[in-house]
Amino acid sequence: MTDDIHDETGYQPLRPQAKGLGEFLAPVAGFGVTFSSMFKPVVTEDYPRRKVAPQSRYHGRHQLNRYADGLEKCIGCELCAWACPADAIYVEGASNADLPENADAAPGTLDADSPAGAHMSPGERYGRVYQINYLRCIFCGLCIEACPTRALTMSNDYELAGNTREGMIYEKQDLLAPLSEGMLAAPHPMAEGTTDTDYYRGDVLGATQAQVDWVRERRPDDETLDAAKAVAAGRREAPEPRQHELRPDAGPGEAEKAAGAAAVGSVRGAAGDRTGPSGAGGAAVQRTEVTR
Amino acid sequence: MGVEEAPSGFLLTTIEDFAGYMRKASMWPVTFGLACCAIEMMAAGAPRYDLSRFGMEVFRASPRQADLMIVAGRVSQKMAPVVRQVYDQMSEPKWVLSMGVCASSGGMFNNYAIVQGVDHVVPVDIYLPGCPPRPEMLINAILALHHEVQNAPLGANRVEAARAAEAAAMEATPTFEQKGLLR
Repeated sequence: MTDDIHDETGYQPLRPQAKGLGEFLAPVAGFGVTFSSMFKPVVTEDYPRRKVAPQSRYHGRHQLNRYADGLEKCIGCELCAWACPADAIYVEGASNADLPENADAAPGTLDADSPAGAHMSPGERYGRVYQINYLRCIFCGLCIEACPTRALTMSNDYELAGNTREGMIYEKQDLLAPLSEGMLAAPHPMAEGTTDTDYYRGDVLGATQAQVDWVRERRPDDETLDAAKAVAAGRREAPEPRQHELRPDAGPGEAEKAAGAAAVGSVRGAAGDRTGPSGAGGAAVQRTEVTR
Repeated sequence: MGVEEAPSGFLLTTIEDFAGYMRKASMWPVTFGLACCAIEMMAAGAPRYDLSRFGMEVFRASPRQADLMIVAGRVSQKMAPVVRQVYDQMSEPKWVLSMGVCASSGGMFNNYAIVQGVDHVVPVDIYLPGCPPRPEMLINAILALHHEVQNAPLGANRVEAARAAEAAAMEATPTFEQKGLLR
């Protein structure tokens, strides 16, 4: 028993009790917290008007990438669909030789490895149907780890909401990266003298004259022809891979930030194109990221 | 003659705009969290994202005073009747936001314990993907819903819109018969 006991219940306060004026003001002392917070900076993010870019490796919506000459990277192997724990991805592959543009080719001239004839992607097959159900997708990123050609990457775009379940299934045209300036719209032949391995290694840096001529012969009105011709003639820089417009309605200050994040994201997405010597190198980069 | 019976025309459209503005500017969600998405929903109400900027800070514990049900999380078969009861107890006009993939379609839980989409139980006005969606995504979906509420018809126009919606619903494939990715 000490002298600090205030009443006969035995209650003993741990903190020293205020005396005098402090004791008088104790019931409203809590308002001091509220009052002092008026002079602290506001923590609220003004979200719809000012959008704070997420971390550059944020798992946002997917995108299907392209090679520098405009061919798609997706080969329709369905590994992403196999890796998906939520069964959100549906892929149907098809043979490049079966494209309608190849219907008039003489039989036997287009074998599986032939670089001639129309291609949607280098090599034998391409992804004909590609769907991601965003009402199943949990944005875990296992699909982009599984992708052998780095065709599938994730952007930083997170603004997904819809009124219907049907509308939340994104088709291939919704997921495919837009053509950069200088890319030639597929389908067209692979660059002459190359194999699909050259594409995977990142050795194809732009459309060639033969590809431009092939497209001009069949689709003279194609809008991508002029820029691709400039690239083929060396009058223009090789096209950089592009991402979806992240947030078109972002404010003026945030647009640059979002663009910076997009650039980081596209470097990651195109690791095989810029940093690694090969597409397989890109996959190796991805693996080290995982193990780290 | 109440507002609901007003004939369509200039007067009604003005009332529609006014009522829509009032409805969207003070839409109170019901306190209703089922799983991890509810944590993000709470974060959206906290100071950093601050739903009160949109007049939505009052999460009502009583469904009778709420306008919006945010189904935040997976709906188990056992919870489904409770979800429906909470929805039925809310007074008109009311809206449902299906937050996260589990509420929207069952998500990765494609099994016997989880309702494969809360739209089997209650009518959903807007779906929000994500696992869980970040608070910005929730606010984005809420703003999209606000836009719909602002432009919602009233009176004679509402009756007309409801008839059109019902006719479309009768034509559509029922959710339980949908195959492929929509299952």
